[in-house]
Amino acid sequence: MNPGPFQRVMFALYTVIFFLYLLGPLAVMAVSAFNTPQYPQVWPIEGVTLDWFAALFADQDMMTGLKMSLWIGLLVVCISVPIGLAGAIIMTQIQPRVRSLYYLVVVSPVLTPGIIIGISTVVFWRQFTGQTGTRFLYDGVVLTVLGQASFISAYCMLIILARLQRFDRSQEEAALDLGASYPQVFRHILLPFLKPALASAAVLAFLSSFENYNTTTFAILSDKTLTTVLAGRVRQGSTPAISALAVVIVAVTVIGAIAYEIYKRRSDAAAAARQRAALDAEEAELAGRTPAAAMG
Amino acid sequence: MSGSLAFVFGLPLAVVVFFFALAAYERRTGVAVGGGFFQRNGLAIGLYLVLAVGFWAFFIILLPQLAMVDMSFRPKLPPSQMGGPKDLYTLENYRYFLFGSTTSTAEWNWLHIKAFFLTIGVSIVITLINFAICYPLAFHMAQSATAARLRVLLLLLILPYWVNEILRAFAFRVLLSSGGIINQMLMGSGLTNEPIDFLGADVGLYMGLSYAYLLMMIFPLYNAIESLDKNQVEAARDLGAPWWHIHAFIVLPHAKPGIASGCTLVFMLTAGALAAPLVLGGPRTLWFTPIVYDRFYQAFNWPQGAAYAFILLVSCIIFVLVVLKAFRLSLGEITR
Repeated sequence: MNPGPFQRVMFALYTVIFFLYLLGPLAVMAVSAFNTPQYPQVWPIEGVTLDWFAALFADQDMMTGLKMSLWIGLLVVCISVPIGLAGAIIMTQIQPRVRSLYYLVVVSPVLTPGIIIGISTVVFWRQFTGQTGTRFLYDGVVLTVLGQASFISAYCMLIILARLQRFDRSQEEAALDLGASYPQVFRHILLPFLKPALASAAVLAFLSSFENYNTTTFAILSDKTLTTVLAGRVRQGSTPAISALAVVIVAVTVIGAIAYEIYKRRSDAAAAARQRAALDAEEAELAGRTPAAAMG
Repeated sequence: MSGSLAFVFGLPLAVVVFFFALAAYERRTGVAVGGGFFQRNGLAIGLYLVLAVGFWAFFIILLPQLAMVDMSFRPKLPPSQMGGPKDLYTLENYRYFLFGSTTSTAEWNWLHIKAFFLTIGVSIVITLINFAICYPLAFHMAQSATAARLRVLLLLLILPYWVNEILRAFAFRVLLSSGGIINQMLMGSGLTNEPIDFLGADVGLYMGLSYAYLLMMIFPLYNAIESLDKNQVEAARDLGAPWWHIHAFIVLPHAKPGIASGCTLVFMLTAGALAAPLVLGGPRTLWFTPIVYDRFYQAFNWPQGAAYAFILLVSCIIFVLVVLKAFRLSLGEITR
């Protein structure tokens, strides 16, 4: 791979423009969160202030919406991860001749526009709860969780399925031969093997739920989540408090990403140390045994 | 009405019975070997699997979709008359999309038809542009970037996507408004005297839409190109292939599933986008999703909204099928 100097310069230029496009708008918005004018303004900087953050945290609707979003996110994780797990296991066991039909059905929400999922959820549950006398279930939180669960479960299933396909069935057979029951195999062999996938599915489920707008805006009915409150605020007009919210979200994300990176490096290092110790022990054992074997 | 309840509970039951009948049949004919479903998983876990997936597939995915389609063929009635003698299937909601209200004098419902075709057309163009923007970087990340650099690039790429869609659209409003930094720079450099109305001209909307789903293009591309053996590119180069030959005949064919999956995702998300048109669109902006939204919450005509949503859904399905056909792929290959 030896691109010429011209190609190299062109590529560098392209990369710079790409990331300017990607990060520039956010940087501009971030600056406007600290500038004093009433309307989000980047230049000239008329004074540095933290008032917009105070205004953001004083906004009652926004804070109620935030609590609602966190609550819905948790519920979605509790529903979507078990459904995704079941969906993935069924995928490996279903009769081959109907597998592609099953796949089509459960993956279709990923390829369906979010507003259609929201609309159909509301339409169906309004009829269903009306007919079965379970009107109390016709509630913004319930509908939002169900609507979001449709495609978030599919994300979870795809993540879990990717790992499940590498599962060695002979482990399960060995456990069964040794007298383990099915629930024991599930709990002590399959679940630990799938743990990393389950964890990433849970994180992804929470984040997708937290930032969802298209499905939520229909399914939430008269309640409010952070994204629907935000949409209302943005439609009313621009205030730097909205920029401040973006700054808070980015800050939380960066801290989270760094914490995760540190945690991962530590656990990688610990795993590497364990492996090295095991190798050393093995070597020592081999070294100790060889002379003994020679003597024998 | 009790008829539809029987359907709601009958359909899942019928499908479950069908599956077990199929399993029994396959065991008897020797196609399938080993124990049955409950023998294999145990009773408790077997029940969990069937109930979880059944609830998901029927009560969360299929039945709501069917209910929406059903509603789109019904007239708008007050709740007291639902299920009454007037509640007959009708094409009225679809007729409205094409020809408008019966009292209007115009021949066609141009406003909605134009918005629909504009949405589909612009979504296709944005999909192509995003592919062009993302391909070089995805290729670089997958084939020539060092591990450390790749980590940094991935972090920089993911960062904007933790910020939700509405805030991302809002950032473009700050950037492009008449007093925004772009207009300040243009006027400062003397290129224009008047601020340019980017938002009124929908430039902001199109930029915001392209921006919003860039990541959905770059990751499938990156994943697909990454699995290409570097030696193949190397060999072609050694044999004297020009760079565009390498891309056209080696990298692109290999990355086909990734390209199809990125394109489908970007198209679907753009055509179904609601946040960006609400935040960046002007009062005269034509975009289909806000019209669907207004059918529900401005006109309070749910059957009509359902019909509009179904039209959007059908066009998305057609797009996915066309892409699959054009790339000769199966659905399983693009949703990986």
